[in-house]
Amino acid sequence: MSTPVRIPTPLRKLTKNQEVVDAEGATIRDLINDLEKSYPGLKERICDEQDNIRRFVNVFVNNEDIRFLNDADTVVKAGDEISIVPAIAGG
Amino acid sequence: MKPRQPVSRKRDDQVPIPGSRNLEQRWRERDSSISRGSWWDKILSPTLFMDKHPFFSHLQCRECGRRYPKEVVHVCEFDFGPLEAAYNYEAINGTLTREKILSRPRSMWRYRELLPIENEPTVGLQVGFTPLIAAHRLAQKLGLKELYIKNDTVNYPTLSFKDRVVSVALSRAKELGIDTVACASTGNLANSVAANAASAGLRSFVLIPADLEPSKILGSLVFGTNVIGIQGLYDQVNRLCSELAGKLGWGFVNVNLRPYYAEGSKTIGFEIIEQLGWRLPHHTVVCMASGSLLTKIHKSYIEFSKLDLVDSSDFSIYGAQATGCSPISTAIKNNSEMVKPISKPQTIAKSLSIGTPADGYYAIRTMKETGGTAEDCTDQEIIEGIKLLAETEGIFAETAGGVTVACAKKLIENQRIPRDESVVLCITGHGLKTQEAITNKVGKPKLIHPNLKEFETLLEQELI
Repeated sequence: MSTPVRIPTPLRKLTKNQEVVDAEGATIRDLINDLEKSYPGLKERICDEQDNIRRFVNVFVNNEDIRFLNDADTVVKAGDEISIVPAIAGG
Repeated sequence: MKPRQPVSRKRDDQVPIPGSRNLEQRWRERDSSISRGSWWDKILSPTLFMDKHPFFSHLQCRECGRRYPKEVVHVCEFDFGPLEAAYNYEAINGTLTREKILSRPRSMWRYRELLPIENEPTVGLQVGFTPLIAAHRLAQKLGLKELYIKNDTVNYPTLSFKDRVVSVALSRAKELGIDTVACASTGNLANSVAANAASAGLRSFVLIPADLEPSKILGSLVFGTNVIGIQGLYDQVNRLCSELAGKLGWGFVNVNLRPYYAEGSKTIGFEIIEQLGWRLPHHTVVCMASGSLLTKIHKSYIEFSKLDLVDSSDFSIYGAQATGCSPISTAIKNNSEMVKPISKPQTIAKSLSIGTPADGYYAIRTMKETGGTAEDCTDQEIIEGIKLLAETEGIFAETAGGVTVACAKKLIENQRIPRDESVVLCITGHGLKTQEAITNKVGKPKLIHPNLKEFETLLEQELI
């Protein structure tokens, strides 16, 4: 199952300027690992050394922040849209 | 005397973290678009971005210390940390003196060496230098010896502190050649972007939650801006703006212009010091939405100390939130550095209704490092706070101001703020903007006919 993932501007150098890329996986963690295969270096930007999603990265499944779901273990279904968004904005 | 927060002083001088070269080397090898010997050499060169402007030198990641050019960029490409304006304090040290400040017009721009623009400001020249009121009557009510109100309810032109940040963001936007500006807003920022963009001749779009107070919506519409009401919460508006900022060539003041914008808040702190007679207050209470204002007031106190414009002394900074949206104060009370987002804020303090505060982490650190703390209050306490400030000092604050007063009251009662030291409350917006919150909570006019006897009867009955 392939899921579209929206890539934020600061990471597009790694995705050859593609705004949306496809990734495979049943959870957010799987998707990130799959993205790393296609676009080496991407995971390191999104996750810290302990494999946790970085403090200043927000990930959304459709319109829901994964921190309100099951964090990196949030299950992804067919038709879902994933967005990676810098957390530093607003206020 | 030494400041209470040696760690934060040190961070202001931060350079790329030790040992980060290995990581950089790996990234350099992996990222084919970063060619060896160019980009990284530039990033690591301490002087590259110190171009013709002698004071504002570059942007720098607050997390890893990497340097970035002064462009439309707001997060670090490597860890998504916020980019912060960095200055050449050595150059400023010999230039910005008390005498020079005192000789300049009474606006926030009298501290312009410490603001992130390259040329003379072009937007919001009259913004700032709002009154600092010695609040004797409120002090008496709260049992304090020395209390001041920093009264940004009368900031020019849109009656909130947001005019400070917007005048910096739009001055910088013009320097960068941007012709359309935008923002995600809980109301005050939208008003300020709309007004200042109108006077600067810039096209503007303001994106707000559709259910904001009618006064705040009207207060944007009147300036002829494009008001986009989003059927959702502020955090969703914010996310939309983050995605739009990556697509459009616009300047979103609190997204891709945020490093410039946020610095404008420092001027509240500079003014407090100057208006106190070049002295730091012992305790400063600030309301928190994203937490940015609180961290920037801290930065202002540190910068003036560093530049010897004020004698270094202990100070503490306290954050105030509404209980219905209190992710930062909850984290402080739980002694956690992790801010747990609030999915559905519920409070009359809509200007503070940010469930995922961008600067929450830094606000927590600032409060802890300065020996301050956070407090929160109910909607009822907010209304009482608004009334208390109005009835004692004649200042009509919006709901966020009620939050600051109510939380300060609690902090004093709980003995977190001592009664015999100087206290400043930052009141950030005017009550006319959130009238709906206190409708039916402040009584009604007493109706009589134009008749002497009726007035006398009323006096007897009501004992006005």
